[in-house]
Amino acid sequence: MSVPKPSLQLVAEVLEGQARSLSRLISRAEAGEVECRPALAEVYRHTGRAHVIGITGVPGSGKSTLVRGLALAARKSERKVGVIAIDPSSPYSGGAILGDRIRMNELNSDPGIFIRSMATRGALGGLARASLDAVDLMDAAGFDIVLLETVGVGQDEVDVVQATHTTVVVSAPGLGDDVQAIKAGILEIADIHVVSKCDRSDANKTITDLKMMLGLGLREQTTWQPPVVPTSGETGQGIEALLTTIDEHRAYLQQSGELAKRRRQTAEMRMLKTAEDILRQRFVGRRDGVAAELLEQVIARDIDPYAAAQRLLAALHEGEAK
Amino acid sequence: MRARFSGWLLPGKPMQGLEENRARHSSPIRILIAKVGLDGHDRGVKIVARALRDAGMDVIYSGLHRTPEEVVNTAVQEDVDVLGVSLLSGAHMTIFPRLIELLKQNNAQDIILVGGGVMPDADVVALKAMGVAEVLLQDTPPNIIVETVRRLVAERGPR
Ligand code: B12
Ligand SMILES: Nc1nc2c(ncn2[C@@H]2O[C@H](COP(=O)(O)OP(=O)(O)OP(=O)(O)O)[C@@H](O)[C@H]2O)c(=O)[nH]1
Ligand SMILES: [Mg+2]
Repeated sequence: MSVPKPSLQLVAEVLEGQARSLSRLISRAEAGEVECRPALAEVYRHTGRAHVIGITGVPGSGKSTLVRGLALAARKSERKVGVIAIDPSSPYSGGAILGDRIRMNELNSDPGIFIRSMATRGALGGLARASLDAVDLMDAAGFDIVLLETVGVGQDEVDVVQATHTTVVVSAPGLGDDVQAIKAGILEIADIHVVSKCDRSDANKTITDLKMMLGLGLREQTTWQPPVVPTSGETGQGIEALLTTIDEHRAYLQQSGELAKRRRQTAEMRMLKTAEDILRQRFVGRRDGVAAELLEQVIARDIDPYAAAQRLLAALHEGEAK
Repeated sequence: MRARFSGWLLPGKPMQGLEENRARHSSPIRILIAKVGLDGHDRGVKIVARALRDAGMDVIYSGLHRTPEEVVNTAVQEDVDVLGVSLLSGAHMTIFPRLIELLKQNNAQDIILVGGGVMPDADVVALKAMGVAEVLLQDTPPNIIVETVRRLVAERGPR
């Protein structure tokens, strides 16, 4: 057994761009280790440079294939690309098969690209905290672009993509319903719409349907009208155009003052989510004591869930005072 | 969203794998399961990947035909606890030494290297001597694979 390197020491190495130290710190952040908090605080001071792009869409819509294309396109202009690919954990075992990366195999040997897979860890929460800490770390390590892929199912995941600068919502032909993203309720959050798999003959219908939906005014009117960009991972069609549109969106954010507004929203979300996360950890820590007793009382209908929650909070508070 | 809270306070099922994992490790064990070189046998790895996932681990599968460089880069970026390489092609005596060398070059000797597949017993002895932590051959039951991975990670300790 070796002695673990202190996280603060790893920070210096992350700022120099060392991959091994970056990946170690992401793990510590993800595990929620208290030891690494001062290090992440230091990292946070070095962030704000990267352009963070959220890629979301229903399962199988072509997100990972798109991430691969975008990363390769961005490398042509020498930009360093970080990728965070989120996949769901099994609700039964808590484990996960993280399969996004398998679509990105050409990216594995380029030192200008760093890919990290992450599981949603359903029951334990903390997805927003962990994934956005990882974004900070990549930002501080000098990645110009960070691509964050997640299935847009569940509030936590929607929060995460909305915490980016540019949100890309991916729709695709052949997934049953014409525009599946409508069902998932994520169409509204798009800054850019992508219709992937445009090499398929049924793609035109998806594009038409999507444009019609957007014409119905789902979104509040701003000066930025989310464009629809058709792409194909097979032929490479539209990938360069998408990268250009993403860069235009970034310029728009800066010029319009929208960037400051988004930063504010993200900061607020992260603060609240982290507080929620800390509370949750403390509940788990007490599950054998007060929490378990209260739970039994709620089940027996001796008290109601609201009263139980209040007592649980009071008990945590007392525990702290001691 | 039912699963979000189930098992959170109630002990035991349905999140047993998660509980067991947590008892030993502050977060789920991360493992990369890789196929290297010209070896198209993937039945075994798929079984192994599922068994480990069902035991509450985060599993990354490399897909077929990766190079040792790609696999080690992936292991480093993903910061896996264990790099598990499946080889049924007979190339294990050239691939494992290369992987060990690359892990060293990347300052990643804390990543535990495990092998599986089809190889002669004499080679298994040689592989262990060069630093492969464990080799699990055909007909190893999934629960033994899970236990072995957990034991190796526990023995390595925090990093
Ligand atoms: C099924 C099979 C095939 C199928 C593969 C289908 C597929 N998609 O997987 C097909 C027909 C395609 C095939 C083709 C070939 N095969 Co073949 N094949 C087999 C066979 C009969 C069974 C393999 C299998 O699936 N076992 C079942 C699984 C569950 O077991 P497993 O993979 O061993 O995995 C277990 C453990 O090893 C362990 N494990 C495996 N990986 C890992 C990883 C980790 C990290 C851990 C911890 C554990 C672990 O856990 C698993 C569960 O216990 C074996 C014979 C044998 N006895 O193994 C030959 C065998 C592997 N094949 C062989 C050969 C030669 C070939 C061919 C070259 C034949 C040819 N001339 O065309 C081709 C090559 C294909 C290629 N591209 O690589 C030889 C290899 C000889 C060698 N290593 O020196 C074998 C050993 C047959 C023999 N006795 O000659 N094959
Ligand atoms: N014809 C065609 N197929 C594509 C294209 N992009 C992706 N696919 C296929 O669509 C399937 C899903 O692609 P992924 O990129 O893994 O999709 P994803 O949205 O990342 O999937 P999840 O992460 O599982 O939600 C795969 O079988 C791809 O080969 C494309 O441009 N054209
Ligand atoms: Mg994907």
